[in-house]
Amino acid sequence: MECFIGIDLGSTTTKAVVMNRELQVLGRGITNSRSNYDVAAEVAKQEALLNARFHLFRQSLDRVAALDGRLDGFLDQLVRDFRLEQFLEQLADLEQTCTANATSDRFGAETKALHEALAEIFRRLNREAPKQFAAGANRKSDFFRDIAGSRYLAVGEEVAGECKLSFDYVLNVYDRSIIDVENRISEEGLSDKLMRALDRTFAAFADLSAASDAVRAPVKAALDVALEETYVIGTGYGRARLPFSKEHIRSEILCHGLGAHVMYPDTATVLDIGGQDTKAIQVDPAGIVENFQMNDRCAAGCGRYLGYIADEMNLGLHELGPLALKSTRNVRINSTCTVFAGAELRDRLSLGEAREDILAGLHRAIILRAMSILSRSGGIRDQFTFTGGVANNGAAVKALKQLIKENYGDLTINIDPDSIYTGALGAATFARRAIEADAAPAGEH
Amino acid sequence: MNKTAPLDVIKEPSMLKQKEMIDTNFKSLSTANEEGRKVCSTFVPGNLNELLMCFDFTRNFPEINALQNGMRKKSGRLIMEAERNGQSEDVCTYVKSDLGMMLQGNIGPTGDKLPDPDVLLLSYTGCFTFMKWFELVREKYDCETIMLHVPYQADGKITKNMRDYVVKQLKEDVIPTLERVSGVKFDMDRLRQYMRQSAKAEDDLVWILQSAKNRPSPIDAFFGGVYYIGPIFTAFRGTEAATEYYRVLRGEIQQRLANGQGPVTPEGDFGKERFRLVVEGTPNYTNFREFWKMFYDEGAVVVASSYTKVGGVYDFGFRHDPDHPLESLADYCLGCYTNLSLPARIKMLCNYMDDYQADGLVINSVKSCNSFSAGQLLMLREIEKRTGKPGAFIETDLVDPRYFSAANVKNRLESYFQMLQQKGAHQAA
Repeated sequence: MECFIGIDLGSTTTKAVVMNRELQVLGRGITNSRSNYDVAAEVAKQEALLNARFHLFRQSLDRVAALDGRLDGFLDQLVRDFRLEQFLEQLADLEQTCTANATSDRFGAETKALHEALAEIFRRLNREAPKQFAAGANRKSDFFRDIAGSRYLAVGEEVAGECKLSFDYVLNVYDRSIIDVENRISEEGLSDKLMRALDRTFAAFADLSAASDAVRAPVKAALDVALEETYVIGTGYGRARLPFSKEHIRSEILCHGLGAHVMYPDTATVLDIGGQDTKAIQVDPAGIVENFQMNDRCAAGCGRYLGYIADEMNLGLHELGPLALKSTRNVRINSTCTVFAGAELRDRLSLGEAREDILAGLHRAIILRAMSILSRSGGIRDQFTFTGGVANNGAAVKALKQLIKENYGDLTINIDPDSIYTGALGAATFARRAIEADAAPAGEH
Repeated sequence: MNKTAPLDVIKEPSMLKQKEMIDTNFKSLSTANEEGRKVCSTFVPGNLNELLMCFDFTRNFPEINALQNGMRKKSGRLIMEAERNGQSEDVCTYVKSDLGMMLQGNIGPTGDKLPDPDVLLLSYTGCFTFMKWFELVREKYDCETIMLHVPYQADGKITKNMRDYVVKQLKEDVIPTLERVSGVKFDMDRLRQYMRQSAKAEDDLVWILQSAKNRPSPIDAFFGGVYYIGPIFTAFRGTEAATEYYRVLRGEIQQRLANGQGPVTPEGDFGKERFRLVVEGTPNYTNFREFWKMFYDEGAVVVASSYTKVGGVYDFGFRHDPDHPLESLADYCLGCYTNLSLPARIKMLCNYMDDYQADGLVINSVKSCNSFSAGQLLMLREIEKRTGKPGAFIETDLVDPRYFSAANVKNRLESYFQMLQQKGAHQAA
């Protein structure tokens, strides 16, 4: 089956979108950008194709009606079980790599103890893994590095304490191993992993075991459908690193403009706040970019700023918005400079200001900077679409809505829950159009 | 950039000639003090080169020293030296490069020592920083300073009063002081003689810059243009060498035009002309070639620019006039680009967009340069509105390498070119 793929290599995350000839989105994939753009692009694409595969499962299972109205629950469980299988596979790789790295001379007499500790750490990590992927589990992130890293540190400290081993050794081995593991692409085929996941899912839905064959057959059939990479377009900050030729690369400005138009066809102005840039884009009714402005020379007030603040406050990035929304007082923060913000933050805390109030002020400061870039680009027109990772942050959205109302009145403001995929969506649409353009002389138009 | 294989930069005869002229002038500056020749330091916009030659002054241009240091990757160190000495991060980087150079022994860009000036001539006051700059230089050298007030063209035209005011200063202050410092008596016929040379060179320069109206354009009127304006805006206007340079250059461009060729780039011939642009603002000198490459790699040629009018605007017909020497010096000072009002600049750029059939406008904004940057966003919006052509806004610096973010600039330019392409394809459809 023909697949049109867009890949958006951002500074923080890499996103991919797969669509069919009819411009329907089949799948979306996301991964952390790591220090290796090639791997990130490949992983994001695999994830999106995997997501598309699940789309196919749903379609074929829908037709056989074997699950007695419980298709959604079953598929959700299957996705979780598949993620668990993926996690376990990478965990095994991490264990192997850590063990290999623990044989170096630097650990001297402690080498044996370190090996024993590693074996124990990974035993515990394997044991607790299913809990991380259970329904309703609260994971800090969906990326292997984040999940495995945070649990390794916690369990590692425990085990090191029990074994009277220096925790630094445990940490050192991990630091030397994680990048290699993260940058290795799984060699195992999708099929085996999926079948193992399916076994887990049937174990969870024991009462459906009679339907096992009726379910496995269409899933296998869907697995056999070849997902052909008909045309791939890359975009985003790391696009120059993509192993693509020039015609397969589009600027993220064009992709965000088109992506926003595809999601909301009446979009006139787009704001995208990404990891290291803020873009204000004006598009015409066909999604063609008319004008744009970006932050200049430094990444003040971009997504990375929030990341920095989260680190300073020892919070997860996704925890910032909800905390800021609890604010009851306005605190004015003047600096959107990422470096100064840390100083201002500590200063405010020492003055006794509440964390949530300071955070609300920081979110407002970011949005004020975005407003200035928007006005440079020609202002906000109806409809307005907000995209990028920061669009998922409730406090940023609240500040933006308020400032838009104050400055431009009542406008339609669109925020899609999948807005982080806007650039990749635009790129995939360009990929689809590229084939159309190629085919045009043959008489398609 | 490919670091392993340095580029063999393609040079034409006119380029070699210019290089020789510049080297000669730096050599001449380096020996001026010991040979007893008097030295005048002065600024580029609306300079009085012909007049200074009448008193045998060797001419030193601090802005040129700064940009040459920028091109030779020396300015970063000098700027930091000036900052250590107390200059703020926001001060014009030309100034800091110059001050840093003085603090480090005043060794010029070519490695030759620069002389102590005998007189400072500030012939243009549109840039407030120029005054402060020379105050600092005067403090160091304790030399005579001449301040020629040039009224701003607030209403977009030169009035008789304005011209008379400048001529009066020339007669009563500038010329007598130059006579006193140099010990040479002023000779109006000598001035007329130099002006005849200037006018010839100016005719050729205008022809050269206007050759960009052709498709494809045989020149790049910004990146190439920076070289073309070198002699005429500095120590050479009025000399036979400059006149000869423009004659040779014109011949080269005539040949390119006849052959249907595009501009010469440091990497050889320009490929297919895809986008025609007007550029407003200054170049970046620390990454000049890298910046240019971002344009020519995409087939973007600059067909007109305001920077090539920074020393003086010739396209509206002004020429140095030997029949009215002092009045024409006054008109020259009054007419330089940065002395024009914002509405006049907007009108000029809009006309360029039409006359040169440009697809868009790129503004390179330099925060530390007020005479260019103030009002640029407003200009961008107004020009977009009037012409219906999209503009791009990028920010770099003149000679501070810390403010050239290649990835950022490239990202913006690529996006802009793709936008132009998309719009073009859409309109064609």
